[in-house]
Amino acid sequence: MALMPIKFDLPKRVKLAQGLWLLYWVSVMAGIMIFSLGLFFKIELRKRSEMMDNDESHFVPNLLILVGLIACGANAFGGKVCHDSLDPAKFPKWKPMVKPYLIFCCFFNVLLLVTALFCFLVQFSIYFALAEGLKNGIKFYKDTDTPGRCFMKRTLDMTQIEFRCCGNNNFRDWFEVQWISNRYLDFSNDEVKDRVMSNVEGKFLMDSVPFSCCNPGSPRPCIQHHLTNNSAHYDYDHRIEELNIWTRGCREALVAYYGGMLNTIGALVVAVVVLESADMAGLKYLTTSLETMADPENPESESEGWLLEKGVKETFSDLMEKLKSMGKGNQVEEGEAAATTS
Amino acid sequence: MAVLKVTFTKAERDKLAHVLWVLNWISVVSGVILFGLGVFLKVEIQKRQELMSNHEIDYVPHMLLTTGIVACCINFLGGKICYDCVDTTKFLRWKLVMLPYIVCTFFFTFCILVGALMCYTMHNKLDELLYIGLRNAMRYYKDTDTPGRCYLKGTVDMLQIHFQCCGNAGYRDWFHIQWISNRYLNMSSSEVMDRVRSNVDGKYLMDGVPFSCCNTYSPRPCIQHQVTNNSAHFNYDHQTDQRNLWKGGCRQALLDHYTSIMQSISLIVFLIWLFELLVLTGVRYLQTAMENLLRQGDPDSESDGWILENSLAETARYNFNIIKNLGKCYQVDDDDPNINIPTIAQQEVPPRQILLEK
Repeated sequence: MALMPIKFDLPKRVKLAQGLWLLYWVSVMAGIMIFSLGLFFKIELRKRSEMMDNDESHFVPNLLILVGLIACGANAFGGKVCHDSLDPAKFPKWKPMVKPYLIFCCFFNVLLLVTALFCFLVQFSIYFALAEGLKNGIKFYKDTDTPGRCFMKRTLDMTQIEFRCCGNNNFRDWFEVQWISNRYLDFSNDEVKDRVMSNVEGKFLMDSVPFSCCNPGSPRPCIQHHLTNNSAHYDYDHRIEELNIWTRGCREALVAYYGGMLNTIGALVVAVVVLESADMAGLKYLTTSLETMADPENPESESEGWLLEKGVKETFSDLMEKLKSMGKGNQVEEGEAAATTS
Repeated sequence: MAVLKVTFTKAERDKLAHVLWVLNWISVVSGVILFGLGVFLKVEIQKRQELMSNHEIDYVPHMLLTTGIVACCINFLGGKICYDCVDTTKFLRWKLVMLPYIVCTFFFTFCILVGALMCYTMHNKLDELLYIGLRNAMRYYKDTDTPGRCYLKGTVDMLQIHFQCCGNAGYRDWFHIQWISNRYLNMSSSEVMDRVRSNVDGKYLMDGVPFSCCNTYSPRPCIQHQVTNNSAHFNYDHQTDQRNLWKGGCRQALLDHYTSIMQSISLIVFLIWLFELLVLTGVRYLQTAMENLLRQGDPDSESDGWILENSLAETARYNFNIIKNLGKCYQVDDDDPNINIPTIAQQEVPPRQILLEK
């Protein structure tokens, strides 16, 4: 007993073919959209690759680009088949390709679902890449005279300004690093010497942050030096002052940014899977209705269309039988050869 | 003698009508583009309205908005007319409307040209507005507790960071104003009192700038306080150190930003004007061809189309006479025996007597 059979007459078939053709072109647009989203994500990763130690994996955007291109091609082919389906002269050309095409679409849908899953999972990898990259970025902030690292200061400043964040976990990360280069420190000054000698590694540490941590929305001019010293500034309490500098860490800010982007892309890919499934169902109905016409010569004859010829269980068991017989094919030949030789 | 006469066969007329129908729809799109440009300009000005002293330049985006809407309507009507021109019976509906339509559209295209020129000349007005606006914004930078001015600090900081500029003409503008509010100054400190008393207005002035003036390209951490005091910082010479703070003033930066927007907009509007003129020429040819066709009577014959029926001088003279005679229609015609002309004596006296009595 066929799965979800529907009766078709000529006007209904024509409507199905036209609607399906339109749906396939919408799917081509969806494929282009996935391609451009993959490209966009790739560019965004490139833009901030310094924050991720140039170590980030481009697997997901490349996969999205590939999947977008395949979707475009497959859906354009489907649209062409639909367009020719109602012309009895052109359709027989496409008839033998429909079954392999539908199987290909099945596997493609599985690939799309895997892509959506990767979109959600890659956020973890980005989290760790950012943690490492930002830690190194803060460490190399002062090395504006070292080739290869001289732009780290500007990149980190721009990131902190743009994403409204300070430091890796929070602003206290800046207290643990020497972010002022020795070139600008007066080593004949006692205060400088005291600070440098006060820690094991001989670093000039202080409770200050760079200017890019300043919050423009603060009502008072930015306090970036002696942050934890209340007496250094008039009417200042660092425990209750929340608007002076950005309190969020840059890792959290960047992860939220990429996370939002990836969640949206993943949701759109799942929507495209639903669209592709609708396309497949429509095409199956169209091709079966064209095959079962009571009178093939008369285009106005009635026909029936279905999703599966037999029920789900029977189709599945048929498929298992076929797979098993493919495996057994070699064995039987061996047995016969043995029989003939012996 | 007609100006730029062209002869049209039936097929050519039909093709002209179809082409003009398509062109009119493209003009509707260009009207939408004009409207969009007006909206874009309005939003750009609105974004920084706190930095402009008043709303005088709002007339430019409003002009673009209205021109865009009117262009859409006119071209929509033109498209409908051209679509109907293929059929002579349908053309009769529009026959009387077409000439006024063409004349109105011709004058309307001047509005578009005026819009383009306005965009171009907005530059000077903007310079003045920005100078005053920025000066006030910097003056009220510290007033973050005054309602209506509390967002100026944030606006000026974001402006300086985004446009990479400092102060009105340069960073020294910050030395002449008090940008730290009295709330955050320890008035009991002798240093603070010295500074406040050292100038006539009692302002706390110093050679420091806000953090938003810091140049992100600088290799050393930003020096924002005691900028002109070389001995306050190690290995620092404020005259040779070019990369510490942003060099340019915000007025110039904003002016450049708006000037480039205006120039692009005026170029696009100029191109739209040329396109409208082209479409209008086509509609004029179609109108004259259809009218001549009706005069000839045979719907399939050839007909002539032109821009003007007589030469430019004769048409101008003809129209001038019409305007003169419009005024004359209320004057009495002496040769007409049907009109009873009252004598001069009856007309003049009574009003004057009343005036004299008063």
